[in-house]
Amino acid sequence: MSSIRGRVHKFDRSNIDTDVIIPGQYLKIHDPIELAKHAMEGLDPEFAVKVSAGDIMLCGKNFGCGSSREHAPIALSQLGIKAILAPSFARIFYRNAIDGAYLLPIEIEEPTLTRISNNDEVKIDLPRNIILNLTKNESYKMKPFPELVAKIVQAGGLINLNNVEEG
Amino acid sequence: MTITEKILAHGSGKQQLVPGDVVFVKVDKVMVHDVSGPGVIKVLSEWEKRGKKFDHVWDADRVWVAEDHFVPAADKVSAENIMTLSKWTEEQGIKKHFKYGLGQYGICHTLSHEEAMVLPGEVYVAGDSHTNTTGALGAFAAGLGHTDIAYTLMNGKIWLKVPETILIRIEGTKPDYMMAKDMILRIIGDIGTDGANYKAMQFSGNAVREMSMDERLTLTNMTTEAGAKNGIIEPDAVTDSYLHARTTARYEPILGDTDAEFSETITYELDNIEPTVAKPFSPANISAARELQEIEIDKVYIGSCTGAKFEDLQAAARILKGRKVKVRTEVLPAAQSIYVKAVKDGLARVFLEAGAVVGPPTCGACCGAHMGVLAKDEVCVSTTNRNFPGRMGHVESKTYLASPLVAAASALKGKITDPRDV
Repeated sequence: MSSIRGRVHKFDRSNIDTDVIIPGQYLKIHDPIELAKHAMEGLDPEFAVKVSAGDIMLCGKNFGCGSSREHAPIALSQLGIKAILAPSFARIFYRNAIDGAYLLPIEIEEPTLTRISNNDEVKIDLPRNIILNLTKNESYKMKPFPELVAKIVQAGGLINLNNVEEG
Repeated sequence: MTITEKILAHGSGKQQLVPGDVVFVKVDKVMVHDVSGPGVIKVLSEWEKRGKKFDHVWDADRVWVAEDHFVPAADKVSAENIMTLSKWTEEQGIKKHFKYGLGQYGICHTLSHEEAMVLPGEVYVAGDSHTNTTGALGAFAAGLGHTDIAYTLMNGKIWLKVPETILIRIEGTKPDYMMAKDMILRIIGDIGTDGANYKAMQFSGNAVREMSMDERLTLTNMTTEAGAKNGIIEPDAVTDSYLHARTTARYEPILGDTDAEFSETITYELDNIEPTVAKPFSPANISAARELQEIEIDKVYIGSCTGAKFEDLQAAARILKGRKVKVRTEVLPAAQSIYVKAVKDGLARVFLEAGAVVGPPTCGACCGAHMGVLAKDEVCVSTTNRNFPGRMGHVESKTYLASPLVAAASALKGKITDPRDV
């Protein structure tokens, strides 16, 4: 995976928690297609029908805080979300997204959040660690993945990393 | 090194670790429950389809299972999840499966200490974010998702980034109207819901040393709400006597070095803390209970791994004894053993005579799963740990997080109430 291109869905708020991403009543469900119908229901009940495969989310800091439910990245990934841009992520959401190879959590600089608008077309250039805003003709830095995280992304999830790293 | 760094160094076979190091750590205990378990089983079966051989978990004696989120089975799907889990534990030879309606069972984080499932110095990971709770026993305890737990079950180890540690010192003497819940809400209010993101929160100071294990567990439980990777308290005589009453297992406690380095040290004097409530829709949105006494409520919920341990029930009963609740009140002890003790010690009778319902141990409405979820515009004072939109039910319901003392006092008045005012 070297680049991701898609349309932005912007949620301009911090601390979007996993109860909002996928409410607790659906935790008994393990079918990704069913879960996807309720993605972001707590903030935008129409979200699942607005999204197209390949879209990208842009959110405030500490995205994915709260419960460890892997249902959250599963639901978003099933809708076709390929990446989430945010100034920071809660740790379990970040791990789940990377280790399960559902989508890429990409850390951006705080001011980038105001530069990118809803519906902008962006391209994430992973080898160069930059984000190109094709609508506004701007570019922004992304924080490179730490070494092990980059290896897991490259491998396509933690399972494919087997026996690479012996502790 | 701090206690967290030393436990991770021990688990990864390293002499020295510093924050930021990424290591694969051998895991001592793993837990899944009726929500994360079926998710983990699904990941494992998908990996098998992709050619990863998996016969058995790496060590069935180090894995344990709880039924807590959707028990009693909320509907057909929940019942099927529990059947899936039971079948799997049998196939895997996992003996410690705490089943609803079959002796001891309860909320996983409560069983971890009630049943001494985790010991000081151990590395414990589990499929639930409030795994941090168990750090009060002097273990490294952190929550993970399905994929990470599946990997751990296969390999007996997992990658972890060594966290920086924030040291929180709490000094002074705790007055009888205050609980650890007030302290942790105040701390989260001060540092924010990402104030400890990726970090360890370690508690010390004379107020913590003098605190019972039940109260210490409230502190570590809600480190999750500040984004912490783990919460931890160095084991001491309180830890030993708590564990010796519950297990004959031997353990090697690990303590931090005297020259351990902390990213930050924050000191609290108890004189400056008072009964505290977190308003909707964030555990960091705090006010003094007395500033909210005009707020009318519909319901009080005394439950969860945070607020339905035995001492939490004792605290609520102290307020409710001989009086009647003014709003709907539910009390759900966090484990069967606590329920039994509440019956034997007369607490259950106090609640029932006050007009409250005493229900079975379950995560229930704390996570909006079932049993007493909130309606649109319904206002609840709850001893639980989260109050995000829709957490306990309808997205427009409102949850105020509080100590069991504040919750019980509020139940008597039908408004948010400081325990000093009843």
